[in-house]
Amino acid sequence: MIDTLVIPLLKIVIVLNATLVSVTYMVLLERKVIAWAQSRLGPMRVGPYGILQPVADAVKLMIKEDITPVRADRWVFTIAPIISMVPALIVYAVIPFGPEVKLFGRQVTLYITDINVGLLYIVSVASVGVYGIILAGYASNSKYPLLASLRASAQLISYEVAVTLTLVSVIMMAGSLSMVSIVRAQQSSHMWYAFVQPLAFLIFFIGGLAETNRAPFDLPEAEQELTGGFHTEYSGMRFALFFLAEYANMIVVSSVATTLFLGGWLRPFPNVAFLSFLDFIPSWTWFLVKSFVFLYIFIWVRATLPRYRYDQLMRLGWKVLIPLAIANLVVTGIIKVMLL
Amino acid sequence: MADAPAHVPKAAAPTGPPDPPPPADVTAPAFIATLHAAVPGGVTHVSYWLGDWTLVVPAALILQVAQHLRDAADAAFDFCSDVTATDWPPRAEGRFDVVYCLYSTRHRHRVRLKVILGEQQPLASVTGVWPAAGWLEREVYDMFGVGFTGHPDRRRILMPEDWQGHPQRKDYPLEGPGELLLENPIEWLKLRQSREQADIE
Amino acid sequence: MDTPVIHHGAMFDTNELVLNMGPQHPSTHGVLRVVLRLDGEKVVDADVVIGYLHRGIEKLSENRNWTQIILLTDRMDYVAAATNNVGYCETVEKLMSLEVPRRARYVRTILCELQRIASHCLWVGTHAMDIGAMTVFLYAFRERELILDLFEEMCGARLTYNSMRIGGLPLDIPPGWDKKVLEFCTIMATKIDEYEELLTHNRIWLERTKGIGVIDGPAAVALGLSGPPLRGSGVPRDVRKDEPYAAYDEMEFDVPIGTAGDTYDRYLVRLEEFRQSLRVIRQATEGIPEGPIVGKVPRLIKPPAGETYHAIESPKGELGYFIVSDGKSTNPYRFRVRPPSFCNLQGLRTLIKGHLVADVVALIGSLDVVLGEVDR
Repeated sequence: MIDTLVIPLLKIVIVLNATLVSVTYMVLLERKVIAWAQSRLGPMRVGPYGILQPVADAVKLMIKEDITPVRADRWVFTIAPIISMVPALIVYAVIPFGPEVKLFGRQVTLYITDINVGLLYIVSVASVGVYGIILAGYASNSKYPLLASLRASAQLISYEVAVTLTLVSVIMMAGSLSMVSIVRAQQSSHMWYAFVQPLAFLIFFIGGLAETNRAPFDLPEAEQELTGGFHTEYSGMRFALFFLAEYANMIVVSSVATTLFLGGWLRPFPNVAFLSFLDFIPSWTWFLVKSFVFLYIFIWVRATLPRYRYDQLMRLGWKVLIPLAIANLVVTGIIKVMLL
Repeated sequence: MADAPAHVPKAAAPTGPPDPPPPADVTAPAFIATLHAAVPGGVTHVSYWLGDWTLVVPAALILQVAQHLRDAADAAFDFCSDVTATDWPPRAEGRFDVVYCLYSTRHRHRVRLKVILGEQQPLASVTGVWPAAGWLEREVYDMFGVGFTGHPDRRRILMPEDWQGHPQRKDYPLEGPGELLLENPIEWLKLRQSREQADIE
Repeated sequence: MDTPVIHHGAMFDTNELVLNMGPQHPSTHGVLRVVLRLDGEKVVDADVVIGYLHRGIEKLSENRNWTQIILLTDRMDYVAAATNNVGYCETVEKLMSLEVPRRARYVRTILCELQRIASHCLWVGTHAMDIGAMTVFLYAFRERELILDLFEEMCGARLTYNSMRIGGLPLDIPPGWDKKVLEFCTIMATKIDEYEELLTHNRIWLERTKGIGVIDGPAAVALGLSGPPLRGSGVPRDVRKDEPYAAYDEMEFDVPIGTAGDTYDRYLVRLEEFRQSLRVIRQATEGIPEGPIVGKVPRLIKPPAGETYHAIESPKGELGYFIVSDGKSTNPYRFRVRPPSFCNLQGLRTLIKGHLVADVVALIGSLDVVLGEVDR
């Protein structure tokens, strides 16, 4: 009873809350990091160094008037932000934050579940999120969101292909679709897959930027072109859902990248004996630190790079990333067959 | 603004700039002589003041003169700096001066063309010669009501499409037309006349 | 706009989308409105609608006396107010055949060039922002702030300076101001490299700007483009060189020109103008002569009857004033401005045809229009 119901429920509550809190603090982090990159201070008013800014933002968004345009498709307009938010959250079910640990005399796994098709689950659930954007653009009955949703669908479909192909090469290396097994495989092969599969790692990261609609691929919400893109007509909490979904997706991509390429919860050089003093640091800390590095790079890229144009983005996806991902897959396969 | 009353100025209104002819010790640039030869009657008056040459051109010949000034090797006025107008309401020859400020990027010299135009008289558009004149002529039309024939896009440019009157004319009320003029020009006219009457009494 | 063309008979009906961009849009630099006809994201045709900021400055000026007009000229190109002042004052001085003392001409040159840098700072920031590089904006504004501080010390205002008088200057430069200007030149020289680091060799920036809005020299001249958009097309036209005013005949500087005539070349031309402006400021500040700051100006300014046109090189292009005096009243009979932004904006329609929506904002930025000047 406890093992089958209470502990999983507790874990779900903890992970969901932790995710939502980290998502709100991601917003603050982004504002701070970009401010520092631009020689400004960022939010400073709410709490010391603006640390309570997310609370103020949340209150503001919640008490804002929630407007539905008269000519919008009312139902779809309401459902779209939910469709966009929910997949970003349920993906966390299979992300392993750490191995089994002993807690209050019980063996507890630091993940909600470990299904044997974990990676497939992530890929399929995450791609549902794009429907939120497409439906939002369609349901707003407005021209800018419509253009944005067309951009979003084309962009997400083409980058999904490249990303999934890189995942296949990782699966070939690990021989499993389960997230936990992939981390264990990295441990037993004495190597993070980022070093074995550098190209796949790079393509996954670029594709991740594109799939989360982050700069320089933030075309669907290009403020300067489409005045905010698909969420132009949204306000209040419904807008906040889109906003949070974007950051939740960033965290998902970072977590998946950490798990697949940077050894998940493993400490650096997990098989070098004299570094074993590092084991006193809990395993989930490594996971968080690695994910944080990704998130920081996400923000750093946004502060630095201009935005791609729609056709250039498509060209990069179809003419560069997908061929490279296929080549990487083929080479991986050949080496795998030759060596083993 | 044909239905507006003719403005009767209190002091004697000026009837145009003096446009002094060039003094004896200034030699006219060669392109003026060439223009005289190429377009007979194309220049009715040559003026020189403060280092600027101004050619007064009859309205009927503006296109030919413009074409010649752009294409002739010694003129080569390829850059149309400005097209504008001045309103001289009481002048007998015509109410408007339409002024073209031209510049040559090859010879680096300037010239001004001036066309004297009556109130209802149309003027050929020079957009075919200098595309730059497109918006400038639209502005002259908007502000003065000079009708350019052959303009590809003759709309108002700064004022709204449904604006009454042409604001840069000297008889346009400085305080603006007010709401009434926009909605009901005839009522506005009556109101204005009654006010003037009251002033006199 | 005419109604969108609908092609019947195809398996799926396609029709053009009419997209209204502005007057409230984040990257139309004020209240510009562009009505785009789109085929997918490709611009088939565009109609540029202006006039939302029309305040009738020309008409107003015809009812103010000659000195009062100076502060109206501030409100046209409000990011380069000092240049507008210089252009107007010089036109009136030409009309009155006034001699301006050499010291005043030098200070005018310094102010014009500082103003050019300030205006280009604003341009590089907003242009990069339109293309999605947000950091350059903050960097450029940081330096613009230094210039505004210099102007504040010089004339007490930070945006609309009213910093000229007919015949010279209202005030002499404050003590120590010239040293601060030289210090600023040293700082600015390194900051330009910082902008270039972020943009000039950035692959995305290159892809976004190269080959976008190409216009060749003769076409640019015919369209009436002036300033950096014209020089980007390879036409070495600069009023400062061709018809020197203020103290530019005594200054040494180059006129940078582009080759391709695209957005990238216009960008390079403006960045090089930063450096040339610094060169002029250094020369003028070091060589500033002693002497009076105002010439022999009559107490009542009343130019003789006649008309004249005088042009200067504002940061946006050729800024011309056509002024008619009737010789009787204390206000101009006709006051006309040839706004460079207005004439440059006219080229937008030609430039954006066939490009994508994303390029439209890049091209509006690359023309560097200020709507206060377009609409007056």
